[in-house]
Amino acid sequence: MANSIMFCILAVVILGSAVMCVTTTRIMRAATFMLFVLFGVAGLYFLLDYTYLGAAQISVYAGGVTMIYVFAIQLVSKRTLQGLTERMKGSRILWGGLLALIGCVTVILVLWKNQYVMAGMMTPDVEVPMKDIGQALVGAGKYEYVLAFEFISLFLLACIIGGLMVARKEDNK
Amino acid sequence: MEIYSYSFLILLLPALSFVILALAGMKMSHKTAGLIGTTSLGLVTVLSYVTAFAYFGGNRLADGTFPTLVPYNFTWLPLGNLHFDMGILLDPISVMMLIVISTVSFMVHIYSFGYMHGEKGFQRYYAFLSLFTMSMLGLVLATNIFQMYTFWELVGVSSYLLIGFYYPLKPAIAASKKAFIVTRFADMFFLIGILMFGYYTDSFSFSFAGNIVMGEGATPFIAGNAAKAVAAAGFILPTALVLMFIGGAGKSAMFPLHIWLPDAMEGPTPVSALIHAATMVVAGVFQIARMFPLWVEYAQPQMSIVVWVGVFTAFYAAAVACAQSDIKRVLAFSTISQIAFMMVALGVSLPGHHGVLDNHAQLGFMAGMFHLFTHAMFKACLFLGAGCIIHAVHSNEMALMGGLRKYMPVTHITFLISCLAIAGIPFFSGFSSKDEIITACFEYSPVVGWIMTGIAAMTAFYMFRLYYGVFWGTENKEAHEHHTPHEAPATMTIPLIVLCVITMGVGIYSTIAGFAGWGGSFGQFVNAEGTNYTIHFNLQIAATSTIIAILSICLATYIYKGESQPIADRLYKTFPKLHRAAYKRFYQDEIWQYVTHRIIFRCVSTPIAWFDRHIVDGTFNFMAWGANEAGESLRPWQSGDVRQYAVWFLTGTVALTLILLAI
Amino acid sequence: MVPVQYYFVLSALLFFIGVFGFITRRNLIAMLISVELILNAVDINFAVFNRLLFPSSMEGMFMTLFSIGVSAAESAVAIAIIINVYRNFKSDSVDSIKNMKW
Repeated sequence: MANSIMFCILAVVILGSAVMCVTTTRIMRAATFMLFVLFGVAGLYFLLDYTYLGAAQISVYAGGVTMIYVFAIQLVSKRTLQGLTERMKGSRILWGGLLALIGCVTVILVLWKNQYVMAGMMTPDVEVPMKDIGQALVGAGKYEYVLAFEFISLFLLACIIGGLMVARKEDNK
Repeated sequence: MEIYSYSFLILLLPALSFVILALAGMKMSHKTAGLIGTTSLGLVTVLSYVTAFAYFGGNRLADGTFPTLVPYNFTWLPLGNLHFDMGILLDPISVMMLIVISTVSFMVHIYSFGYMHGEKGFQRYYAFLSLFTMSMLGLVLATNIFQMYTFWELVGVSSYLLIGFYYPLKPAIAASKKAFIVTRFADMFFLIGILMFGYYTDSFSFSFAGNIVMGEGATPFIAGNAAKAVAAAGFILPTALVLMFIGGAGKSAMFPLHIWLPDAMEGPTPVSALIHAATMVVAGVFQIARMFPLWVEYAQPQMSIVVWVGVFTAFYAAAVACAQSDIKRVLAFSTISQIAFMMVALGVSLPGHHGVLDNHAQLGFMAGMFHLFTHAMFKACLFLGAGCIIHAVHSNEMALMGGLRKYMPVTHITFLISCLAIAGIPFFSGFSSKDEIITACFEYSPVVGWIMTGIAAMTAFYMFRLYYGVFWGTENKEAHEHHTPHEAPATMTIPLIVLCVITMGVGIYSTIAGFAGWGGSFGQFVNAEGTNYTIHFNLQIAATSTIIAILSICLATYIYKGESQPIADRLYKTFPKLHRAAYKRFYQDEIWQYVTHRIIFRCVSTPIAWFDRHIVDGTFNFMAWGANEAGESLRPWQSGDVRQYAVWFLTGTVALTLILLAI
Repeated sequence: MVPVQYYFVLSALLFFIGVFGFITRRNLIAMLISVELILNAVDINFAVFNRLLFPSSMEGMFMTLFSIGVSAAESAVAIAIIINVYRNFKSDSVDSIKNMKW
């Protein structure tokens, strides 16, 4: 019962913020709404008893990525910040909306029609133990993720360095 | 057959000489180029004589004919049923032609040392002479009609190149184009004839009956199945042969396709001697001689076409020659007339009984070939002599010549001998051959016989008109004070002497042999059946023609010998229009011009050109325009707009999903 | 318990809202934000599949974890590019980088 109510609240938050995010003309507001969406998704993870995942979502996404976007907005969209808003072309909205609608309907129909074996109904409402997650993350056995873990750390390093290289200021000789 | 294994050298040497002179000629000095050309020709001449001695001195077959030897024959282009071969075929007429071509060509090569001395393009000239010699030799040594056609075209090309040798001059270019176009037009008929022939008889080879001895490694002839052609339709073989004759008529300057030959005199005189007197223009005659068994077997009624075309041409050319003032034009028309004689000779060779050549009927064939031989010699001598005269006087016009006998003795004597030969005086070679032709004509029909006799008289007349106009008559004193005409250098007079010696030698021997019935004369070697044929002169005809010739010479002497020509002037005043018409060759060129420009160009070519430009080109232009428009309309898809790409991406994905779901 | 289909519907709606935003917006950063929405929808999907349909394994969670990491990296690089674009074209609109047009 409580789950359903929680789910509804979270769903409203997420979808409402998402819609506002894509339709608002002011860019700073879009970033803020995105933040709300991210919080909502984190909540959803907590609802699913994925505490670690929820924590990662909040710290990385809601914290790090949103900050990056805010800084980027400051650097790039000066005009927009000063209140100038973006114009939205009517025909494009129509077209895009129609397309999104059709796609959405298709996907939902597919998902709804399928018969899912509800194994999850039988599990107790406990969160995944942290010990298991930790062991799987750095374990080297079968179905364990040390390779992906190492790889992603290097990957992040490469992306950061790449980003720095791309965005550095050229020296005028 | 091994003794003939060198025969490919006869074709190879001039070809090599052509390639060397064409590629490296400009880097050599004139003398080197000339020596290379002449030496290779000299070798070819030696080889030709060796071949002739070996062939004619060799054994005859059981039935008395000479075997047809094919030392080399290879398949050049196989095409399903038919195949184009290239090879060398030795039989009496081709070996005889070898001698003619190589001798005259060699003389011309030596002569050109003197005549073309100092000319720009000397090396190019010798290169083209070699090309021509090779082509002509290939033509006579052909083993099948298609090879003959190939070399036929090569000969036409060489002629074009040589006539247009002085290409900075407009008349030369016009003349070379005219020659090439007219002969090419005639060759169109030739080709159609060949294709008909090949298609219906399943073969291009000259494999009519006869005893063919193949060399080792030579592709055997597939006998042409003439019966099949006859079975298909009776008119096919005669039509094919007549079409081939039209091609030959173009090359041999028969009326009305003769228009190129007088203009071809724009080329250098040795070229006129070689190509347009002795060798290329007899290609048509040679072609009929080669196809002779087929003509006799299947196309006898059509031979009258040959006869009458020949008769008319001979008369026409003789008439025009009487009124020409340019020395080379007179000789050109004389050539046309004499070749017509040869055509008539071949045409009147009807078998006595159907399909069987008896003794009398072979006369025409043999006479035609003999006249070809003698004509080549004395006409070449005449042309080369004319070259010496032109060299001395620096002009072609007879009006500027006169009284040259004092200054140019050798030329004078050789020219006189050749004129006597062409007039048909006994003990000169023209007598025997021309007499035989007239005898054959009388056997065919008295009308033709008397017409040909009349033309022979005209021949004597205009040749001596030329002779007197050049060597006697009024001297051009002013010009001679400026610059005395002198005898030509030795390189130019020696060929004259050699050719004259041949003329006289053949003439004396054949005259005596004809009267005394000796063996070893021409008829023994070359005649239609291939067997021994001894020439006997028909005394009545011989006497008649000799008397008429002498009468014509006397007439010409009377009119033209003196310092002034009162009778000639009076004739000119009485018949001005006739003279003018004859001078302008009876307006034949104007008629052709009218036909081509007004009729063919306007009514046939212009609509076709319109069709080609608008419809054929239009279709392709339209297709190109269509492709262009399609491309232009697709171009905006590459808009550079990322969002649009995303839209299309999404649309595609959704559409695919829907399709997959539907399926 | 919330039936699993509702989660799917939620994730699908979020996904297509993100797509709509990507197509419609002209500002580069707004487009990126829409992409983030899409990625989040996908993450929800993974997590739900894992938790409610295959609770004994953990692949879905780790997939989501790594996806979060990767999207962080990708945002960083994308922002760097956008800054470069701004420097060269002096504009933050996607219409300004149409150089690959015909």
